[in-house]
Amino acid sequence: MFDDLRDLYQEVILDHGKNPRNFGKPDGFNRTARGDNPMCGDKITVYLTLGSDGRIADVRFDGRGCAISQASASLMTEMLKGKEPKEAEALFGAFHDMCTKDEEEWTDHGPLDEEAMDKLQVLSGVREFPMRVKCATLAWHTMNAALHGDPVASTENAGF
Amino acid sequence: MTRPATLLSDAPVTSNAPYDVERVRQDFPILTRLVHERKGRPGKPLVYLDNAASAQKPRAVIDAMSGLLERDYANVHRGVHFLSQRSTDLYEATRDKVAKLLNAPSRENIVFTRNATEAFNLVAQSWGRTFLKTGDVVLLSYMEHHANIVPWQLLRDQTGIRIEVVPVLDDGSLDLDAYEKALKTLAVKLVAITHSSNVLGTVNPVRQMARLAHEHGATVLFDGSQAVVHRPVDVQAIDADLYVFTAHKLYGPTGIGVLYGKKAVLDAMPPYQGGGDMISTVTFEKTTFREAPYRFEAGTPPIIEGVGLGAAIDYVTALGLDAIQAHEQRLLAYATERLREIEGLRIIGTAPEKAAIISFTIDGIHPHDIGTFVDRAGVAVRVGRHCAEPLMDRFGVGATCRASFGLYNTEAEADALVEAVKATKAFFG
Repeated sequence: MFDDLRDLYQEVILDHGKNPRNFGKPDGFNRTARGDNPMCGDKITVYLTLGSDGRIADVRFDGRGCAISQASASLMTEMLKGKEPKEAEALFGAFHDMCTKDEEEWTDHGPLDEEAMDKLQVLSGVREFPMRVKCATLAWHTMNAALHGDPVASTENAGF
Repeated sequence: MTRPATLLSDAPVTSNAPYDVERVRQDFPILTRLVHERKGRPGKPLVYLDNAASAQKPRAVIDAMSGLLERDYANVHRGVHFLSQRSTDLYEATRDKVAKLLNAPSRENIVFTRNATEAFNLVAQSWGRTFLKTGDVVLLSYMEHHANIVPWQLLRDQTGIRIEVVPVLDDGSLDLDAYEKALKTLAVKLVAITHSSNVLGTVNPVRQMARLAHEHGATVLFDGSQAVVHRPVDVQAIDADLYVFTAHKLYGPTGIGVLYGKKAVLDAMPPYQGGGDMISTVTFEKTTFREAPYRFEAGTPPIIEGVGLGAAIDYVTALGLDAIQAHEQRLLAYATERLREIEGLRIIGTAPEKAAIISFTIDGIHPHDIGTFVDRAGVAVRVGRHCAEPLMDRFGVGATCRASFGLYNTEAEADALVEAVKATKAFFG
């Protein structure tokens, strides 16, 4: 019955959805934002700890949402540690393209962590499910808002 | 195409024939379609269980609207020419049909709006701004749709009224003791509460609530959007001062809603919007307004939608709202029992008196994921907050799945839902 959903709900996603990594509010974070997807009720908060070298020393999140949004947040936290903010933004831009556009329409976001991009491929299935793109990108929008000092990211005005 | 014969005639009100759901289904063209068709793979029959969001339309509604456009369309209330008169007659006939549907005393109690939301905004801005002052209380409940929350918040910011909220009990019933206590202890000027919850299905004891409100000098406004579709409603028996519903959940078109008001209440309300059609005379110095209900209907009205609503009312009254209610109650009981087979499934809203709406969650699987999976099996349900975020918070859930049944749904469709949910559970392990 669900054959074509296996592209969207791959094992990695089910695993991260059930056992999200870096879950829970940390001590000592210095940037945070709340992300809200009013259409489906997903709410997450991303906590960033920027180190004295300007790099992202730690990323954690909490909140609740569907398997896709939880897995996306979990995967994101695994790959942003140690990155400079502009590297995180580049990854966000490239991931957003992956979720929303054909490959020939992807724009150049500068040098990318190719290993991270490979891992994010498991979420590219949302392109076939327009209603679920917001689920996959909510954590990234929220992280981006936190980086820029915005307290709230909403998928309703994030320009989908 | 032949013109629907019943547009201007009195529709039969009841039918003694047994409820033949398979015959009823043939009246809805969309129910024969398949969904998720792919090359080399047949689609799935549509199992439409999202009726509380919007219901599908019978052929009679589709034909009435296209028939108007093909043969009878012109602007209403204006022209002396043949088509304008014809169009006006067809459109205004719906006002009589709505009055009859609600057992309103007169067609003049019926105001057409764009939807239920606009009806709430109309009452808030016209009645509310006229009769409510700083500190007056508007009494809502935890089970209100955002459409019956936000207009009052806008009014609060404009005038300083207070909003108080009646709690909901664990089974989804309204806390009537708290309701009565609020009326006794607070300066409640308006009760604005739903007749039936779009999430829980709970049917509130509106007659008793109106009596209590009136004893304490409050005006009552009920949201009938989820009530008129499932059961007969008599606004005089309820003694509602104001009552709203929307057409598109009643198997009619989008773009038109209804505000019922007692004559004295409507007569005391100033216009909501200004424009053509709502005036008697206009000079640049002074404009005089028409009487209710026309005073509240500025500009060219939703003519096509009005005719569609009339056809929808003819349709449901021909089937009989008693018969529809009995059919849906059987379905509700059956679907509830079958869903309870599923381990870890929690039904939110188990009040003794319910409309055929079942909200549920499943341990460990987010409603959004469930919605995507059952959709692949052809089953359309709503997932999310259902425009009732405070209620979600009350029950400690971020979202639910909601299966809402209509007059064309069957036990086999309830089975399809249950099987799809079971398969989803199996997938997530």
